[in-house]
Amino acid sequence: MNAPAETVLRTPLHALHVALGARMVPFAGYEMPVQYEGIIAEHLHTRAHAGLFDVSHMGQVALTGSGAAAALESLVPGDIDGLKPGRTRYTMFTNAPGGILDDLMVTNAGDRLLLIVNAACKADDIAHLTGRLKGRCTVEPAPNRALLALQGPEAAGVMARLAPGAERLGFMSAGAFAVGGARGWIGRSGYTGEDGFEISVEDRDAERVTRLLLEQPEVKPIGLGARDSLRLEAGLCLYGHDIDTITTPIEADLAWTIGKRRREAGGFPGDAVILRQLRDGAPRKRVGILPEGRAPAREQTEITDANGRRIGTVTSGGYGPTLGGPLAMGYVEASHAKVGTPINLMVRGTPRPGRIVALPFVPHRYKKS
Amino acid sequence: MSELRYTNEHEWIRIDGDTAVIGISDYAQEQLGDVVFVELPEIGKKVEKGKEAAVVESVKAASEVYAPVSGEVVAVNDALTKDPALVNRSPTGDGWFLKLRLKDQGELAGLMDEAAYRKFVKGLK
Repeated sequence: MNAPAETVLRTPLHALHVALGARMVPFAGYEMPVQYEGIIAEHLHTRAHAGLFDVSHMGQVALTGSGAAAALESLVPGDIDGLKPGRTRYTMFTNAPGGILDDLMVTNAGDRLLLIVNAACKADDIAHLTGRLKGRCTVEPAPNRALLALQGPEAAGVMARLAPGAERLGFMSAGAFAVGGARGWIGRSGYTGEDGFEISVEDRDAERVTRLLLEQPEVKPIGLGARDSLRLEAGLCLYGHDIDTITTPIEADLAWTIGKRRREAGGFPGDAVILRQLRDGAPRKRVGILPEGRAPAREQTEITDANGRRIGTVTSGGYGPTLGGPLAMGYVEASHAKVGTPINLMVRGTPRPGRIVALPFVPHRYKKS
Repeated sequence: MSELRYTNEHEWIRIDGDTAVIGISDYAQEQLGDVVFVELPEIGKKVEKGKEAAVVESVKAASEVYAPVSGEVVAVNDALTKDPALVNRSPTGDGWFLKLRLKDQGELAGLMDEAAYRKFVKGLK
């Protein structure tokens, strides 16, 4: 999914990442920091203090017009019409067979809906929105906005100092706040399982706001490597790996994102398949997997039952620094999805024992509202 | 004890009589980042020059460690099982992977010395 080398994009913070000593890698068409001092140290710092992530590669899109919520509901199974001003919801663009085109955050910003979509999908998402919602609302991509994520138990204290009032936001709420003299749109959400904030500012303010955040004693810059290990411990899906165009929200154990009204009325792509699976169950299910030994089971690792029959595949796997050992997420046949079920992971041709466990691996510590 | 020789896959080898100690270079450990798991071969296993002898895993990915020369595994560094980060802290010392009984001293000929390897790594940056 990476764009060809000649079109490698940079976020407004590229020079700062390099100056901070980041190792830069291609990701979703961008050159992004994978680590600064080291993935384990950055991961543990985020869980103990506050980590700052540049996620400006993600797509920010506004939908305007009185019909925006109803229009968006024709593309996602989430309840957007019932989303109150200042509130954020996680949902996904689905396709006709019930698969997932992308997952996204939708915020009701009063006069508009603000969407945050994945970097690798953003061009397709914008084309999808523009094509499908023509005449019903206006689709306004915001390519000149940066996005920062400040995550960790000390993030709220930092925000109270730099963006007074933002620390009082509830989980999955958002609003406009001044941050370091810049106009920011700040939400209380993230991708680490920790309390935290996502801060959208204009490109021209991005470096100044980032430097200000990094000056705070609690804050360190965190790369994409730790972002991945943090979200995996938190049991959160990575698009293109744990969810994709041939995986339904029900298989992905994301039924909780589909509200009562949408379950009854449908009216989104793939509703027949998704609502049937909601009623009758899906043939396979996303689960947490704890390998027994120390060997990580990586993405694409085959999962077998006690008799050696293949029952599924790992979709994300690695090492959890907070867990202190290997961990994985994957899909198994529904009959093997129960917590506690023993399984085998075929690591380099050798079956290694593991078992199905409940997600998340590390408890979420979101702000209680 | 003799000096280290290197492969262009970033393994090092140190000859001690008819046995050779093998590990990965400081450059390799730095590129990998935090090492979280090492898979070592069975004692007695015969490995071939250029073929997989061990596996080293960082937080992000698994990588093969290739045998710089052919031989029979006579020892493995069990300390890496409990403390894989030894590879990061001491890549050419306590973080060694395995010892081989050499099959053919002649295979050592194509390996780089410290100066040549340093130049080789410089070219990669």
